[in-house]
Amino acid sequence: MYEHNGDRYYIVDGHIHNWTAGPDNRNEYGEGFIRCFYDYHANLSPEEWVWPLEKFEEYGGDTLLHDLFDEGHVDRAIFQPTYLTDFFPDGFNTTEQNAVLAEEHPDRFVLNSAFDPRDEDAGLEAFEEKIERYGSTGVKLYTAEWRGDSKGWTLRDPWAQTYLAKCEELGVTNIHVHKGPTIWPLNKDAFNVDDVDDAATAFPNLTFIVEHVGLPRLEDFCWIGVQEPNVYGGLAVAMPFIHTRPRYFAKIIGELLYWIGEDRLLFASDYGIWHPKWLIEAFVDFEMPEDMVGEYGELTKDVKRKILGLNAAALYDLDVPEGVGVSGGEDQPGMAVTDKPAVDTSA
Amino acid sequence: MTSTREMVGRRTSARRHTAPTEEVVRDALGAVRDPELDEAITDLDFVSSIRIDGRSVSVRLRLPTFFCAPNFAWLMVTDARRAVAALHGVDHVDVALDGHATAKEINVGVATDVDFDDAFPGLADGGLDDLRATFRRKAFLARQHRLLAALRADGVDAAALCSLTVGSLEPGPETAVYLQRRVELGLDTDPAAPLVVSAAGAVVEPADLDDHLARIRTVAVSIEGNAGFCRGLLQTRYGTSP
Repeated sequence: MYEHNGDRYYIVDGHIHNWTAGPDNRNEYGEGFIRCFYDYHANLSPEEWVWPLEKFEEYGGDTLLHDLFDEGHVDRAIFQPTYLTDFFPDGFNTTEQNAVLAEEHPDRFVLNSAFDPRDEDAGLEAFEEKIERYGSTGVKLYTAEWRGDSKGWTLRDPWAQTYLAKCEELGVTNIHVHKGPTIWPLNKDAFNVDDVDDAATAFPNLTFIVEHVGLPRLEDFCWIGVQEPNVYGGLAVAMPFIHTRPRYFAKIIGELLYWIGEDRLLFASDYGIWHPKWLIEAFVDFEMPEDMVGEYGELTKDVKRKILGLNAAALYDLDVPEGVGVSGGEDQPGMAVTDKPAVDTSA
Repeated sequence: MTSTREMVGRRTSARRHTAPTEEVVRDALGAVRDPELDEAITDLDFVSSIRIDGRSVSVRLRLPTFFCAPNFAWLMVTDARRAVAALHGVDHVDVALDGHATAKEINVGVATDVDFDDAFPGLADGGLDDLRATFRRKAFLARQHRLLAALRADGVDAAALCSLTVGSLEPGPETAVYLQRRVELGLDTDPAAPLVVSAAGAVVEPADLDDHLARIRTVAVSIEGNAGFCRGLLQTRYGTSP
């Protein structure tokens, strides 16, 4: 819980990791991957929050518990697994690894699972067993994961459709989709989210949370989010711009509130890339710059409450303590889905 | 010390064309853009070195991350190679990308002049023309947003925008780039041509103007934001100054 100037905010961190990325668990691609993450961390964190690389590669469960819950104001954190076994032989951040902390602290974590449609029929049963074993109600999908000769997949793949149908059957309703730099076929834009659009239409009972609000394709994400009421945006990677480039951050939030609205955005730190404490404090303090209010509206306390925790709590059916809900009554920015302009996705 | 090879190079160039200077090569690379960011690779600091040895030019490129998308990286390396090869006085060009997950595939593929799908066998189902065209359209819309935002800041009423023509633009660098983007998309650059058009060239009617402006604003926010992030990551990765 974060309390500031007499206001209380229930915090759900929608995207966290506990990875193992040291030299004894990676190949050259794994090293490139974690160094890329480290540059994200070092470039966008305030100086006092930058870790040494060695700590960043493997910070461990105790550090995570301290950073999120003692220091970081977080009430609940959602483990989003990323397997990456072609880069990290024991896995980068798997459900099985995350389960250790999640089972020790069931009131602190949401433990998401994952599937890879390239496992085809053989993986389907294992996926079902995993869901039963860990009770996950969400999955994190990384479409750019390298596997053997494959450099990625899309939600349009027939096996992905089969797995999504299985998710629906098992009550796994929160589908977090993380796009990356590669896909099959490699000549297409790997960050494009049109496949999420199709899946959201085909599976109206599932909720699709596009991680990183589609960055670097914010616009493509906005076009699909405006048309599909079951498409949400996760703010990991977008949040830290609040420090280095606050005016750009204001524009991202402004665009998202305009196209998607305040009910479908989820706060996330992407811990350990960024520490939630400074992100949350900066966000609660943040106001839309005066010269942008006319275009984007205000960022009200209620909007912040929804983004910081209430929206995720609704998706994951989490108990929200009394007295931290929205105050109501204020005019909120954003428009209803039906009011949005038609979007020409050809450009 | 001057090598024999360089001496030969100079004598040859005196007969035909002078071997290019670094400045000339850098200027040529200035016409190569990052297709996603719509900025010159020289301005983005992606050119890490230029070496000229007589009539041979060797260029090294670098990108903000190890995992930047291979298809865009390929376009930059091939475009750079083509731009330098077109210079007078250049007989041999070597353009190589460093520090990238698919550097080997890209460098070998570009040096041997194969197509993208042959450089990544089994991983692609065609060339990169569609990708390039998609990002040209985005770049054009973002540029249009910038011009229209400037006009509106100067007091041009939103409704008046629809009646403007290409000829109403003040001459200047922004206008020149915008017109170049129109040419690349095959759009009319006649002074009498309507200014506010979609990426397909369709005239935006007054009733659709607000929607159009909202959409191109989002495209501009996206591209400008990505460019800023890429610059920052490159500085962090290579310890260069802003």
